[in-house]
Amino acid sequence: MCPLCGALLTEHWSDPEDGGARRGRVLRTRIVRRVLAGFGVTLSDWGGTAYVLHDGKGRSEVVHDLTTLWGEAERLAGRPLDPLDPTLVAALRRSDG
Amino acid sequence: MAEPLPVVLVTGFLGSGKTTLISALLAHPAMGETAVLVNELGEVAIDHHLVRQVDERTVVLDSGCICCTLRGDLQDELRDLLARRARGELAPFRRVVVETTGLADPAPVLSTLVGEPLLRHHYAVEAVVTTVDAVNGAATLDRHPESVKQAAVADTLLVTKADTAAPADVAALEARLRALNPVAPVRRVAFGAIAPDDLLRGRTRDVPAAALADREAAGHDHARHAGDVRAFTLVLDEPLDWDAFAVWLTMLLHSRGLDVLRVKGLLDVGAAGPVVLDGVQHVVHRPRHLEAWPDDDHRSRIVFITRGIEREAVLASLEAFAALGRTAGATPAGGRSA
Repeated sequence: MCPLCGALLTEHWSDPEDGGARRGRVLRTRIVRRVLAGFGVTLSDWGGTAYVLHDGKGRSEVVHDLTTLWGEAERLAGRPLDPLDPTLVAALRRSDG
Repeated sequence: MAEPLPVVLVTGFLGSGKTTLISALLAHPAMGETAVLVNELGEVAIDHHLVRQVDERTVVLDSGCICCTLRGDLQDELRDLLARRARGELAPFRRVVVETTGLADPAPVLSTLVGEPLLRHHYAVEAVVTTVDAVNGAATLDRHPESVKQAAVADTLLVTKADTAAPADVAALEARLRALNPVAPVRRVAFGAIAPDDLLRGRTRDVPAAALADREAAGHDHARHAGDVRAFTLVLDEPLDWDAFAVWLTMLLHSRGLDVLRVKGLLDVGAAGPVVLDGVQHVVHRPRHLEAWPDDDHRSRIVFITRGIEREAVLASLEAFAALGRTAGATPAGGRSA
């Protein structure tokens, strides 16, 4: 537990061990936003220690790593989030092009 | 900080020869400084190697090996092992071997070891060894999905009782196991006769590059018969952005984790050497950064063992996320160093 912000400091397999952590969070936030764009959910980085998910109804949820992020994002979206869903894959390709 | 103690899980279906293997390992002179957790001490043939009884469930053998009965929860048992060692009740040990029950799904055991902070601090999964009975193995794979999973998560597959089965049946079983799990070497063992170092030592979680050749064609039919479980390899020509890959894999495992029995590979993240990736269902071991590639092929190669998930769907999805990584302003950035 971080004594200042009360956040649980967890270690996730995808976290960089040394330099690049901050840049990695920025990129992850951008990529997740693109993925969630069609689901009415967005993501922001909270001071480099956590992520915050928001939906269009004013609800928000603090998450600490990518693994817990998807469960909460799914709850806010109100439907399953499946990266193999052809509709999502096609949308990502379009947004990328 | 002391290095985490390597843990080797021995799994395999009922009657597949786990106890015989454990008995033979326990009696081996090279098993000193090893703590072995077994399901039932009474079933392990070690009487003539017994030197000292520590308590009703713990014995010390002439090799120096400590053998304990698993009373219940593995998590508690592994914590207790550390506490007893710290109190001096047990001699220091350098590694731990755990015999799982025959019906056990190894994934939750791995999840405990990788996910629980205290255990993760003190222990690291070194290898999963799965025994498969040459006589009944094929029928077991047909009838019991747990046995398919045990084979899929293995780092080494041991075919036992090969001397009592028809050679053609043994060869067919071995081919089926290779198709089911291309990343695990398949070895024959009679009466548990295998040197401990062959199973327990070394970096067995490394990926043998040869195993990462595209096995889509080889053994395809065998794989499909195993309850729709299939193994396939994705080979990617361009370097992968680590963050895009992490976003993709965590989403895939959230959504389809129960059907991704195994994901193992070497990733080109733009560094001099690859990142070694190894995951079992929802559990991903901490990726390791190698300083150099094991061969001349420097492309990302990832083996998936899945249930009901097609290769094309996984590839299309990963490519879409990889493209997001490139346009998100990313240049390849590594995961953890070794």
